[in-house]
Amino acid sequence: MNDRFKMDEAQPRLLDSTGQGIIGTEMDRPDGRLKVCGAAPYAAEFAADRMAHGVLVRATVSKGRVLALNDESIREMPGFLGLFHDGTMLRNSAQGMAGEAPVQPGLRVDYHGQSVAVVVAETFEQARDAAQQLAVRFEAAEEVEVDPETAEAIELDEDSSEQFGDLEAAMAEAVHTVDSVYTTPGHVSAAMEPHASLAEWHEGNLSLHGSYQMLRFNKKELADSLGVDADRVRILAPFVGGGFGSKLGIGAEAVAAAVAARELDRPVRVVMARQQVFDCVLRRTETRQRLRLAADEDGRLSGVGHEDRISQLPEESFGEPTATATHFMYGGKNRLYRKEIARIHRTPSGSVRAPGEAVGMLGLEGAMDELAEVCGIDPVELRLRNIPDTHPETGKPYSSRSLAECLKQGASQFGWENRPAAGSRREGQWYIGCGVASAARSNSLVRADARVTLSADGAIVETDLTDIGTGSYAILTQIAAEMLGLPASKVTTRLGDTDLPGASGSGGSFGAGSTGSAVFLAAKKIRARLAEKLGCDVDSLTLKDGVARGGNVEKPLRDLCVEPICEEAGITAGKLGDDYEQASFGAHFAEVAVHADSGEVRVRRMLGVFAAGRILNVKTARSQCIGGMVWGIGSALMEELGHDPRTGHIITRDLANYHIASNADVPLIDVHFIEERDDQSNPIQSKAIGELSISGAGAAVVNAIYNACGVRIRAFPATPDKVVAGLEALGL
Amino acid sequence: MKTELTVNGVSRDLDLDPRVTLLDALRHHLHMTGTKKGCDHGQCGACTVLVNGRRINSCLTLAVMHEGDQVETVESLGSPEAPNPLQEAFISCDGFQCGYCTPGQLMSATAMLEEAKEGWPSHVSESLSNPGTLSDAEIAERMSGNLCRCSAYPGIRQAIARTQGDAGGKS
Ligand code: FES
Ligand code: FES
Repeated sequence: MNDRFKMDEAQPRLLDSTGQGIIGTEMDRPDGRLKVCGAAPYAAEFAADRMAHGVLVRATVSKGRVLALNDESIREMPGFLGLFHDGTMLRNSAQGMAGEAPVQPGLRVDYHGQSVAVVVAETFEQARDAAQQLAVRFEAAEEVEVDPETAEAIELDEDSSEQFGDLEAAMAEAVHTVDSVYTTPGHVSAAMEPHASLAEWHEGNLSLHGSYQMLRFNKKELADSLGVDADRVRILAPFVGGGFGSKLGIGAEAVAAAVAARELDRPVRVVMARQQVFDCVLRRTETRQRLRLAADEDGRLSGVGHEDRISQLPEESFGEPTATATHFMYGGKNRLYRKEIARIHRTPSGSVRAPGEAVGMLGLEGAMDELAEVCGIDPVELRLRNIPDTHPETGKPYSSRSLAECLKQGASQFGWENRPAAGSRREGQWYIGCGVASAARSNSLVRADARVTLSADGAIVETDLTDIGTGSYAILTQIAAEMLGLPASKVTTRLGDTDLPGASGSGGSFGAGSTGSAVFLAAKKIRARLAEKLGCDVDSLTLKDGVARGGNVEKPLRDLCVEPICEEAGITAGKLGDDYEQASFGAHFAEVAVHADSGEVRVRRMLGVFAAGRILNVKTARSQCIGGMVWGIGSALMEELGHDPRTGHIITRDLANYHIASNADVPLIDVHFIEERDDQSNPIQSKAIGELSISGAGAAVVNAIYNACGVRIRAFPATPDKVVAGLEALGL
Repeated sequence: MKTELTVNGVSRDLDLDPRVTLLDALRHHLHMTGTKKGCDHGQCGACTVLVNGRRINSCLTLAVMHEGDQVETVESLGSPEAPNPLQEAFISCDGFQCGYCTPGQLMSATAMLEEAKEGWPSHVSESLSNPGTLSDAEIAERMSGNLCRCSAYPGIRQAIARTQGDAGGKS
């Protein structure tokens, strides 16, 4: 497609004048019935004749080489079909939007847990047994750095290190200052569906049922990994059991399945065990962040500093953009950023829900809470005072920004004015307190194409976007129904197949805005064709409940599309992306109870108010926000990757040891949206939402702990041992 | 090994490797893929099914241990054309996003409501003999064996509470 619409100019708010009234509503997910009946097929649930089963084998050294790897020890085992370990095995999943193969290290081992081979057998049980019995000999390097705190290989990331004005001078002159170090541990996505691929070759063409987020990119990554032409690869992912970044890029199991299937000339399925997902899918890096804030006596910022250290494997390009939000959240002339990357041999790092903001805002919003305390200013008021008019570094205007409204409305709905003074409210053995934090997540537009076909039976929407739980099926259906004046039941949305027009993929919170716009533009073309057929001006055309009206004519829509009308459209980022600072904003409020003896923290209430442009479906948007806020609770209180100090390998490699929030950890969360339209973001005026709500959420919880009992936790997560130590230090 | 199971009221004869879990027997031998595998280690609840009326993690038990047992899976609750009230409530409360944990949540909730009816207390029950109508805290506690990374917990609880109300609840 070469006539993609470029977002150079603000577009009319067409979706506000179409009359169907389905956009933005609480429509149920069209895929819901399949999901609740167990009838939605996920990657590992497709079957194929003569299918064989593969199980991955991992490296057990942190750095070194595979010395001996052959099937001698397992050749005679029942059902054994083959051991594959040629140079195509992936070291780790591709980074998001790579569009090319990740590192394929051959016999080199770069971290403990790297996949080095796949064992294939007739049944899963046989393959698993053989993979366990396989004797592999490794040569281990003598010296290997696995700890970012003590590593000698520290790189300064020049691109992320910059300064404006003089922060040191601002700190020296300021009336109030904060200078604190926050640390966050590694996290993982832990999507409930483990990575799974079923590969089948047919006359040199590969068809892969996989669990992936960004098919347009994944197809290229898989083809490149295998050394075949991308046109020969098709990926299908109609349902994906969660992604959160872990399925952005092609993973080891897909390539292993494809290689084995090619060699054996039969379909092969490889499903990662939960532990393997921890081992070889990208994690979120741990961070150490130094936050410096300088303010005058009214709490107005004159300086902001955000320095951080993250970790990554040598040769891997991604670096957690920890300070992303710090650049545009609050004012202050003097600013400093410095990023260090520790090159260590742990499972490499990559994108986990809201890379950058998710952990960066734990630091920033914690430091803002500290500043409020030293200034003696209410934390909501402090934030309101520091909202800059334009981007404090580039001077660009914000495309839309309802941060102040979110803070004010949230404060009023939460009952913020009743917040107790720190450490003053106690119910039995529990200290009670409240905390606030701002939320923000950058918005972007990524190339996306879609096709819409209108026929007498209704409309069909087609694009290779995935629905990873985000609600793509719902919102694309709504956009088409709204534009074409059809009830949602007359629109069928087909997703997750690379044979369909290439979408943005689900990632970076840009799926709905980007691919939704492509659907919108394709439907808009159909509207123009309908107006022509009706003989009216497109501006006077109304489409509602299957009836077209324009000029003085009224006709059933089906009479106008006896011959189906099919249109494709695409969108790509334009000038407005450069001219405006684009982000979604929000505010989190939390009430916690802290147990005076055990240090246990319970979140009793949580409320979020968000502004993300047009909300395409209130129900699915709310669920996204609840999800992010729960992740905030997780990062505040329990989520923590642990690594063996000798080998760096992940020791919390299952769901019993890597704790995510469960039902009992989570209150009934309250979510509200501020009515907003963003004319600069895209033609449907929406903005990023999927990751907005995790950003800052954990800080609200930890700030509430401080308000409850006076213990300031700067080393996430706030586990009971740290809280108890804090209480003891206060003599409580 | 030959094993006979009754799955959703239908008797099924299986000839299985003794290492096959009940979960894999359902998913890959009977091709009933509604039941999900999230961890294969009893840590997530995605594989929850009812065996003789009680909820269990089907990944933690071998199929051949269930000779003659009655197994109920998500496929027994309702169909996409006619979902049952609990399934309907999950849809309208958006008690899921990706849907992968959902069959396990539904089976767990189904059994949990029965347990409550039978008067089983939980860790948060005020009285050991009569938990009464399930409060939100009760539902949260009793459903905490089923993880949902999409974190649809509030919707899950609302859906269950609503169904409990529809069914007349339990005093
Ligand atoms: S798959 Fe059985 S508990 Fe997770
Ligand atoms: S709906 Fe995705 S894990 Fe529960």
